[in-house]
Amino acid sequence: MNDEAGHRAPGKAVEIKGVSKLFGTYQALKPVSFDIYDNEFFTLLGPSGCGKTTLLRMIAGFEQPTAGQIFLHGSNIQGLPPHKRRVNTVFQSYALFTHMSVEQNIGFGLENLGWSKDRRNARVADMLRLVHMEAFATRKPQQLSGGQRQRVALARALAPEPEVLLLDEPLSALDLKLRQAMRDELRILQRKTGITFVFVTHDQEEALDMSDRICVLGDGEIQQLGTPAAIYEEPSNRFVADFIGETNFLDAEVIAVDGEQATVTTQLGMTLTASHKKAVAGQKAFMSIRPEKISLPAQDNPIAVDGTIMGTNYLGGYTYYLVETGGTRLRISKRNNVSRGQMFAIGQSVKVGFAAESVRILGA
Amino acid sequence: MKPSTRNPNWNVLGLLPAHLFMVLTLIIPIGIIIVVSFSTRGPYGGFEYVFTTAPYKRLLFNEGWTGELEFNPQYLMVVARTLVLSAVTTSICLLLSFPVAYFIALQRPTIKVLLIYLVTLPFWVSMIVRVYSWIIILGKDGVIEKALRGVGLVDNMGSLLFGNTAMLVGLVYSYIPLMILPIFASIEKLDRALIEASHDLYGNRLTTLRRVILPLTRPGMIAGAILVFVPSLGAVLEPTLLGGGKTMMMGNLIQLQFGGARNWPLGAAIAIVLMAAVMIFLIFQGLRSMRIEGLERAS
Repeated sequence: MNDEAGHRAPGKAVEIKGVSKLFGTYQALKPVSFDIYDNEFFTLLGPSGCGKTTLLRMIAGFEQPTAGQIFLHGSNIQGLPPHKRRVNTVFQSYALFTHMSVEQNIGFGLENLGWSKDRRNARVADMLRLVHMEAFATRKPQQLSGGQRQRVALARALAPEPEVLLLDEPLSALDLKLRQAMRDELRILQRKTGITFVFVTHDQEEALDMSDRICVLGDGEIQQLGTPAAIYEEPSNRFVADFIGETNFLDAEVIAVDGEQATVTTQLGMTLTASHKKAVAGQKAFMSIRPEKISLPAQDNPIAVDGTIMGTNYLGGYTYYLVETGGTRLRISKRNNVSRGQMFAIGQSVKVGFAAESVRILGA
Repeated sequence: MKPSTRNPNWNVLGLLPAHLFMVLTLIIPIGIIIVVSFSTRGPYGGFEYVFTTAPYKRLLFNEGWTGELEFNPQYLMVVARTLVLSAVTTSICLLLSFPVAYFIALQRPTIKVLLIYLVTLPFWVSMIVRVYSWIIILGKDGVIEKALRGVGLVDNMGSLLFGNTAMLVGLVYSYIPLMILPIFASIEKLDRALIEASHDLYGNRLTTLRRVILPLTRPGMIAGAILVFVPSLGAVLEPTLLGGGKTMMMGNLIQLQFGGARNWPLGAAIAIVLMAAVMIFLIFQGLRSMRIEGLERAS
């Protein structure tokens, strides 16, 4: 293709280099750069309008970047039309061809690649087996349920053995139970086929569940890129801490910063030292603590405060308690492993505790 | 849910005016035409009700002096010409309309509305005036001939008017909006993600057009074909004005029988044959689309 063709970066399926996108005067995506590795389940996560779908469409070739370049296994695919890129897409609406049967849909890409009929038929049969749809080969898409259409769309996109499979919120049209089952199935399919998956979603739970790595996008830029655990446990800013999972934010005043640790006085009145991101001494910051990391009632926690139960939410496996303390409210989750739901009554005085290791200080 | 069998279903009464209207304006007139087509021609025009199948025989045969029947393809030629011209008109409209409709469907909403308005604009002008204008364009010393002479392409060409070509031009011109609109509607309805999916699965533009866009917009093309083919079969103005009276189509042949020739039974018989042709065509199309829909619904 060009001078880049010779150098094959091993292990890198997709390289995004300074890619940005303007729609008119609206900056959908600020310049971003990152790599997606071979055989990886990579998720682009963010609220609607964060630029995640735009990024996916630029990899597929449906949109052209305003600036920057995209490499696919080391070769620059800038300017190549979608039908010349060895990537396939699972569309949000599935986009199955209604005038073709299931097997014709799956064979469509292979036909365009010039596969012989025998080879094509064998591959279609393999794909049908892979997604457990052997019995529906001759059906039309309109005769299938949502979950079955989803499988056909997957089989159709996987059949030509793309270098990268792009998935644009493929689970959003399914009901809850089915979505849960498809998550497991997608993960299994990815391991079985060994194809790099780039998955777009706004559902943080889905992202945490399935991904090897997650790229959190917000306001058209990368907020954080890392493993699900890193993103949940060590959020790089308030946006990520807020968007991924649930958390309690408390105001804090930074007294001193010493490397990875920052000492702050918190809204709750005590002074504590905890790991931080972008905290600056003398400035305001946020203290973030996850609901499940607060003990209720306080055991032998190093930090403990008095509070009053203001509300409870029973959710089966968990009960959430809203505790008022020091002029703020903390949301605390408690597993119902022993108790049968409500252990505390509204208005009851309690002591809650946590460890400084569970606290993250995030620069404002 | 079954309506109670005790109480008569009074809802039917609500539709009675519509049914009455249909019977008075459609069923009874067709009945009269059928009756006339089996009647004997009156001595001074009109008809007398004496049952005969002669008008239908007259379509294919001449009656000799001694009453023997002699095959005469005169009317059959008109029927054949009508069918061929209508079919060719429909095909040309289809070929021309698809790119136009596709182009319109791709425009921004405001421009789309404007272009659709322009397509329907000719309907605001009287059909006679519009067809007449083609006489000026095609005729001797008309726009086309002058232009061709001007660039030195032709010296002295025969008139383009008064023949099958002129009728065809007139028919295509008259009915093409009826093809553009349904095709435009079906392209508008087409999910853009399907086109993207085709490109994504290594289909180039031609493959995408052939394998995805054309099959999925076929209902619009079929609707357009019916809307163009059926009125073409009954066209009167185009053959009268552009065909020059000599090259006839069924429409003006019927007009001639009821008018100048004063042979109502024959005119009625031709009208019944034309109607039967249209019905057969529509039933055929209806069965086809029912089969397609049936396939799509079965789930």
